[in-house]
Amino acid sequence: MGTDLSLNEIPKLVEAEKPPLLLRQLVFMRFKRHKMAVAGVIILLIMIFYSIGGAFLLDEDESLYTDTSIRLNAPSSEHLFGTDVVGRDILARTIYGGQISLLIGLIAMIVEVIVGVLIGALAGYYGGILDSILMRFTEAMLNIPQIPLLLVLGKLLADKIAPVALFGREFSGSVIVIIVVIGLTSWMGLARIVRANFLSLREQEFVTAARCTGTRNWSIIFEHILPNTMAPIIVSATLAVANAIISEAYVSFLGVGVLPPTATWGNMLNGAYNYIESAPWLWIFPGLFIVLTVLSINFIGDGLRDALDPRALVQD
Amino acid sequence: MARYIVRRLLQAIPLLFIISILIFVLLQSSGDPLASMGGKRLTRPEDRARLTRIMGLDQPIYMQYIYWLFGNTWVQIDVDNDGTPDMYGQRKGIFRGDFGDSLVNRGQPALDIILERLPNTLLLMIPAEIIILFFSLVIGIYSSLRQYSLTDQIITAGSFIGYSMPIFFVALASMYIFAVNFRKWGLPYLPTVGMFDPKIGKTFSQVAMHMVLPIVSMSLVSISGYSRFVRSQMLEVISQDYIRTAYAKGLSERMVLMGHALKNAAIPFVTLVGIDIPFLLGGAVVTETIFGWPGMGRLFIDHLNRFDTPVVMGILMLISLAVVIFQLITDIVYSWLDPRIRYT
Repeated sequence: MGTDLSLNEIPKLVEAEKPPLLLRQLVFMRFKRHKMAVAGVIILLIMIFYSIGGAFLLDEDESLYTDTSIRLNAPSSEHLFGTDVVGRDILARTIYGGQISLLIGLIAMIVEVIVGVLIGALAGYYGGILDSILMRFTEAMLNIPQIPLLLVLGKLLADKIAPVALFGREFSGSVIVIIVVIGLTSWMGLARIVRANFLSLREQEFVTAARCTGTRNWSIIFEHILPNTMAPIIVSATLAVANAIISEAYVSFLGVGVLPPTATWGNMLNGAYNYIESAPWLWIFPGLFIVLTVLSINFIGDGLRDALDPRALVQD
Repeated sequence: MARYIVRRLLQAIPLLFIISILIFVLLQSSGDPLASMGGKRLTRPEDRARLTRIMGLDQPIYMQYIYWLFGNTWVQIDVDNDGTPDMYGQRKGIFRGDFGDSLVNRGQPALDIILERLPNTLLLMIPAEIIILFFSLVIGIYSSLRQYSLTDQIITAGSFIGYSMPIFFVALASMYIFAVNFRKWGLPYLPTVGMFDPKIGKTFSQVAMHMVLPIVSMSLVSISGYSRFVRSQMLEVISQDYIRTAYAKGLSERMVLMGHALKNAAIPFVTLVGIDIPFLLGGAVVTETIFGWPGMGRLFIDHLNRFDTPVVMGILMLISLAVVIFQLITDIVYSWLDPRIRYT
């Protein structure tokens, strides 16, 4: 009879101990505690909602329709944010420009992560001559200042690609050029981080074990080592979105990036400094959208960095 | 130490070669230099062919790169394509200080055009860099000593916002406030565009007045980033044992902070600043364009818009050279500041 009793006790004993938190639960818990990061998520969601949801209220034609009789009109009930130098509605342009700016940030980040991770992983994993060649190339790219390089590439390539249709909208081909060019000029920092992590991880026992069981190199790189270095990649990728949005704004602001009539928050500012006195609404609205978006993404990146810090995870 | 410097110098040479190849391939292979020269006078195909041969554009790209580096004064060119060479090449190559002639300002060497604008850029850069260093150190140290106080939190939040600001937004906002609205309100206002008022002339006070807004907008973004860095470095150092020891042996707070803490906290800061300084030249493109400052940055965008390859390539190459040189200096200063580092 005694055995029966103990069997009934077992479930209670098991229940008493809470299951350990999963890694992602821990990270989420820590992220929630970072107030600025949570505020960042909210602001960013508002921005996304504004530029996607706004499209249901205003037609894209509104953002492209020029009417020079109402050029440079101040904000009014008819045009909430005023009109630009050729009489286009700035409210509609911030909505459709926001879509492009966010899209550029996101896709340029993906390009950057693919290139940076590939180069960093190959250099760190294989070492030797391949490492030397890739790292010299990385250093050379790091030493060419990014903004002038972006300007040169944007200028030379912007009008080389025909307009593209995507998501039911027609983009100027320069959008694609800018995405690729930003992605290809900003991967160096990430490549260095990934390489450093690969250098130390490839010496660990689990990699030796994987190699002994005959695992292929690409599988060791992408399935065994890469998951162990995800934290810095996630943080870099988040901040890369903000940097890509700013970079696009810089080149478009100087009239070299995305070509009109396609609006972005950056190219709406192009030439606005000529009307600093007479038409401040030209630059205040798109400028504020850029600042808020970049600020919120930087906050999120900061929160993720704290939440993913392995030293901090142990303490909880 | 001497060995280390020599080794770093030797490493810099292949790096500069790779950079120059990247820049050359990107720029030379695209665009039509003859069109940039003002094609109207060159409509005759014979003229185009003649110029193509004089400029070496008929050569394969690697030969053009060699001409760009070393010149082509030893090469005989058959200008009229009749089988007999007519003249020697005129290019001296960048190793002999010849970046080619500007295509837009005909006959003027690209290097002269660039160097003519360089002092104006330095006039903005040097004061800006001094202001940046001073304020980021002061603000960073101050907020690290009062960690988690209200002032510290305001500074941290403010620097985060400043750090996320694109420089053009700061520039436009400061122009709007200090130039446009101050004039509206009848307050003393600052000028926005140019280097001096043409009616008054290039006097000292005029140039100084025109420098204020560009320098403020350039500094604000950098100070935000750097002061955060100084703060975190100081916090790390202050919690070390040797700082407690310094206090324990009765040193004044001032001596502990300046003599012990700051000296160690400054080492990574020196590296960061040393690497960043030449990149300020790249950022100058935006600032100079907004404020109409006749410096190298605006020269870059003006000549890029007219496809003046030699000038654009020259500026890119000079900035990259500055980056490499500053990295070298930074490394040397770093090893000198920190005796723990022994490069062998």
